[in-house]
Amino acid sequence: MKRREFLKSALAAGATLSAPAIFSPAKAQSRQETLLIVSESGPNNLDIHGVGTNVPGYEVSWNCYDRLISHEMKTGPNGQPYYDKDKFKMELADDMKLGDMSVTFKLKKNAVFQDGTPVAAKDVKWSLDRAVTVGGFPTFQMAAGSLTKPEQFVVVDDNTVRVDFARKDRLTIPDLAVIVPCVLNSELVKKNATEKDPWGLDYVKQNTVGSGAYKVVSWVAGTEVVFERNDKWTGGPAPKVRKVIWRMVPSAGNRRALLERGDADISYDLPNKDFVELKSDGKLNIISTPYSNGIQYIGMNVKNPPFDNPKVRQAVAYAIPYQKIMDAVLFGLAKPLFGAPANAPTEVAWPQPHKFNTNIEKAKALMAEAGYPNGFETTISFDLGFAGVNEPICVLTQESLAQIGIKCTINKVPGANWRTELNKKALPLYTNVFSGWLDYPEYFFIWCYHGKNSIFNTMSYQSKETDTFIDGAVTAAANGDKATYEKDVEGFVDQAYADMPRIPLYQPYVNVAMQKNVSGYAYWFHRRLDYRTLVKG
Amino acid sequence: MLGLIAKRLLLAIPNLIGVVIITFLLTRALPGDPAAYFAGPAANKEAIEQIRVKLGLDRPLPEQFVRYVKELAGGDLGNSLTTGQPVVTEIRNRLPASAELTLFGLVISISIAVPLGILAAVKQGSWIDHACRVVATAGVSLPVFFTGLLLVYVFYFLLGWSPAPLGRLDVFFSAPPQVTGFYLIDSLIARDFGLFRAALSQLILPGVTLGVFSLAPIARMTRASMLAVLGSDFVRTARASGLDTRTVILTYAFRNAMLPVITTLGMVFSFLLGANVLVEKVFAWPGIGSYAVEALIASDFAPVQGFVLTMAILYVALNLIIDVLYGLIDPRVRLEG
Amino acid sequence: MSESNSVLRHARYVVSENPVTGFAFAMFLLIAFAALFGPYIVPHDPLASDTAATLQPPSIKHWFGTDQLGRDIFSRVVVATRLDFAIAISSVILVFAMGGLAGIASGFFGGWTDRIVGRISDTIMAFPLFVLAMGIVAALGNTVTNIVLATAVINFPLYVRVARAEANVRREAGFVQAARLSGNGEFRVLLMHILPNIMPIMMVQVSLTMGYAILNAAGLSFIGLGVRPPTPEWGIMVAEGSGNIISGEWWIALFPGLALMLAVFCFNLLGDGLRDLVDPQRRT
Repeated sequence: MKRREFLKSALAAGATLSAPAIFSPAKAQSRQETLLIVSESGPNNLDIHGVGTNVPGYEVSWNCYDRLISHEMKTGPNGQPYYDKDKFKMELADDMKLGDMSVTFKLKKNAVFQDGTPVAAKDVKWSLDRAVTVGGFPTFQMAAGSLTKPEQFVVVDDNTVRVDFARKDRLTIPDLAVIVPCVLNSELVKKNATEKDPWGLDYVKQNTVGSGAYKVVSWVAGTEVVFERNDKWTGGPAPKVRKVIWRMVPSAGNRRALLERGDADISYDLPNKDFVELKSDGKLNIISTPYSNGIQYIGMNVKNPPFDNPKVRQAVAYAIPYQKIMDAVLFGLAKPLFGAPANAPTEVAWPQPHKFNTNIEKAKALMAEAGYPNGFETTISFDLGFAGVNEPICVLTQESLAQIGIKCTINKVPGANWRTELNKKALPLYTNVFSGWLDYPEYFFIWCYHGKNSIFNTMSYQSKETDTFIDGAVTAAANGDKATYEKDVEGFVDQAYADMPRIPLYQPYVNVAMQKNVSGYAYWFHRRLDYRTLVKG
Repeated sequence: MLGLIAKRLLLAIPNLIGVVIITFLLTRALPGDPAAYFAGPAANKEAIEQIRVKLGLDRPLPEQFVRYVKELAGGDLGNSLTTGQPVVTEIRNRLPASAELTLFGLVISISIAVPLGILAAVKQGSWIDHACRVVATAGVSLPVFFTGLLLVYVFYFLLGWSPAPLGRLDVFFSAPPQVTGFYLIDSLIARDFGLFRAALSQLILPGVTLGVFSLAPIARMTRASMLAVLGSDFVRTARASGLDTRTVILTYAFRNAMLPVITTLGMVFSFLLGANVLVEKVFAWPGIGSYAVEALIASDFAPVQGFVLTMAILYVALNLIIDVLYGLIDPRVRLEG
Repeated sequence: MSESNSVLRHARYVVSENPVTGFAFAMFLLIAFAALFGPYIVPHDPLASDTAATLQPPSIKHWFGTDQLGRDIFSRVVVATRLDFAIAISSVILVFAMGGLAGIASGFFGGWTDRIVGRISDTIMAFPLFVLAMGIVAALGNTVTNIVLATAVINFPLYVRVARAEANVRREAGFVQAARLSGNGEFRVLLMHILPNIMPIMMVQVSLTMGYAILNAAGLSFIGLGVRPPTPEWGIMVAEGSGNIISGEWWIALFPGLALMLAVFCFNLLGDGLRDLVDPQRRT
């Protein structure tokens, strides 16, 4: 009995003691200086060169490490700060001299790592060597800019590094500004490396060893990451936020609740519907920016029947309920890539809309022409990791395709298996999203449409004409031949839209919700948060 | 007593072996490919194959199994793909979180269900009896994640009585120095009452969610057991001797009725420990349940195997403790055992 | 007095003692009716999306409102009855067939049968049951068949235990001796005499399992391992609607949640009532 009474009173006491930390003055001040980010999942590795590092890990790398160069900001399509893909900014380097087949960087004399060690050219070379040697995604990304061999990175003197080009490639310099070629404190890592692990992957997985604006002071995998400002940072103006706490909250509803009640500062991980509602409620700042070089599409396997028949593909392109998807799934938070007017000229840009729109009659006619007047059965697959968007797209598409006789079963593939399934290149019909860090049309097409059949050419598309245009564009860009470049870009876009191996639906938006007293959000090509410009209060 | 313990442990070993084998097979049957995951989003077939060889996944299953068992014997449960940490460390860090939550939920549940069951037994057949049954059954008829989300909506979002569902502690509190891993106990040991209150307030909603779900079996068992005891000879004698109702019910009947309830408690506890995966997901609770679920969805073998093995060992230990407790409380059982 | 007459009288007596059981039985009939005839009488097509009318609160046109794709929730809830009912019934049939038979065999024959069945049962019991169900569905694929299979597997030990205890008690009972003396083989005795005798006790367990099967499917849906869209099923509707609670669209999760709760509630109470009916000694 006594026990029961005690329990009851403890419960009552606990229930009333919900007061957030604000009630305590010391806590109030620290709340003011700290930025609380909430998202569904967090990093599995703090090192972007690590094995199997996931996308949240990229955010850690971006904020805790410096690169030789970065980008200046311009005003984006929505009036907000947007990275300028053509203008570079010096970050670790003080000076950049472009040669014929090389580029030379002079490092900032006062640049230091977070432990006080000065940044030297040998650290840069060691880090770039690491990036091209560890394999996996980082090496792949470096190769996208023709950076493949350690021999390309030369230490000229203590303060000067030269990068030799393997070939003329317009993408080499931009590739030095992406997340991967970050500079690590080579001496510190070497001290913690072993024979079996010469690059110190195990050590850097758990510790940040860069010269960047923030350092990780605590990481509980799956729960939170705590960052503190590095006051010795030389890469730009001192960040305003002293401490950043990134918490993982698996339930989307709870994330929204936290934002609405003011208990969290930022989230970019909410369903579109919530963003639209929060915006109209006016209690939070919502910023939406289109993905650079990114498209959500419906893909088809063009090697096997029935989707090897272009008329079938065009029928599908006419049968997709584009506007329904825009309304019910995206709530308008995306740029449509369908329904361009029939007489619109092809632009030298990517993404750009295609001329198909929902037209069931035309679709039925094409099915009959293709030899499938009664339709056929197939499966439509999607990545469960992004079920919020993918599932309703598939449900609506399934419903619409049924009208022209195509009966689809929906196949949910868990996120971790999605890549494997795509790589098999056996899925007949699916929806997927692809975006490239380097915002150039030919970059997108090399990975997604070229006959080299990279893993991102999920449709197994092969077309000599398209390949010629793509190769032509790459060469023209490297040589600065604008006229040929534009002709070739228009060429491969027209070809892609005639063959329709994949049907672009829309260009997604990156949406961020912030408390009214938080500002300084800037859009980057990697679409993750840059803490260095954020301001609270 | 020791003989009993030893016998039970011996009997448990074949079960554990069975568990290890089945988990191994089940995780290998999961559709994901860890080699592809490790190789990263841009890997081609050769790169994936390389990683596969490195991870030892190209070897035939029996050989992989032997390797697994060898690592197990050395206390190595492997590494998790999704968090990148060794499984043993993660389980050791997360187990107290789940255990604390489950125990708290059980305490809440007992404090409501037992009085309810006694009341229903004493007033058998009346509307109170029916009402108790309805209430208890209602709690177990809703999916546990739904109850959790409703509670968050009402008590956090609408009323603001409850703190944010951000896990075990609000962001501005740091964990107490680790003694048991139970924040409630550790904060008291460290004499940090503010921390104690903070940890307690975070425990309430998820604890109530779990408690509501386990009301029914405990209430039902209490009622049944009380009924059986109330009809027995010694109670009739006690009543006949003129003892007042309260003493009869609580001192005599209740004590004797508790035995089957304790067995049920053990069952309920183990059931809860497996079922709190959903509650942990809703409340962002850093326990082993959410760990195992995320690993399972990501086809991440090692944590799932580690989780199942840990649970199996826990169950064996738990059942053993219950049997010992039973033997301590009821001398008749001891004589037979 | 004929036998059925006395059963009915007994039933009426039990129901009058316990109005809750009567209520549960009425609910059961309602659910069965909805399962059988639901798809024919609903006002809207449960699969038809209408993006012009998404997320509408309950109204005259849509009694339970519409969901994210504009589908009528009332129609979906009613049509889902069939699938959930089917999941519940197939789960219990499967587990009864597997667990019940294994249990009575092990209780009746003892010896090696008992040991093997006991081992299997104990091994399953050693797993955290929900995680085992998740593992089975994740490994085999999220189809209704696998969900039913997973539910059956995790309830197997319970059925084995109950059936075994019952068969054990009756092993040397009079009627069993008589059956043997009449020349029935052991298997015949098992199936024709023991099995019918324990049916009443098993029925109690069966109705409780039916409720549990539906809750299990709901839990799996919440994780993402439930039935495939766009099939209407209460659990997956609740799971999808849970995200909308915070934004105020309470009807998406509430109505399927209520339907689910009512069904599970009804099965549980029915189980209690059946227990009172067939075995007054065990009345709880």
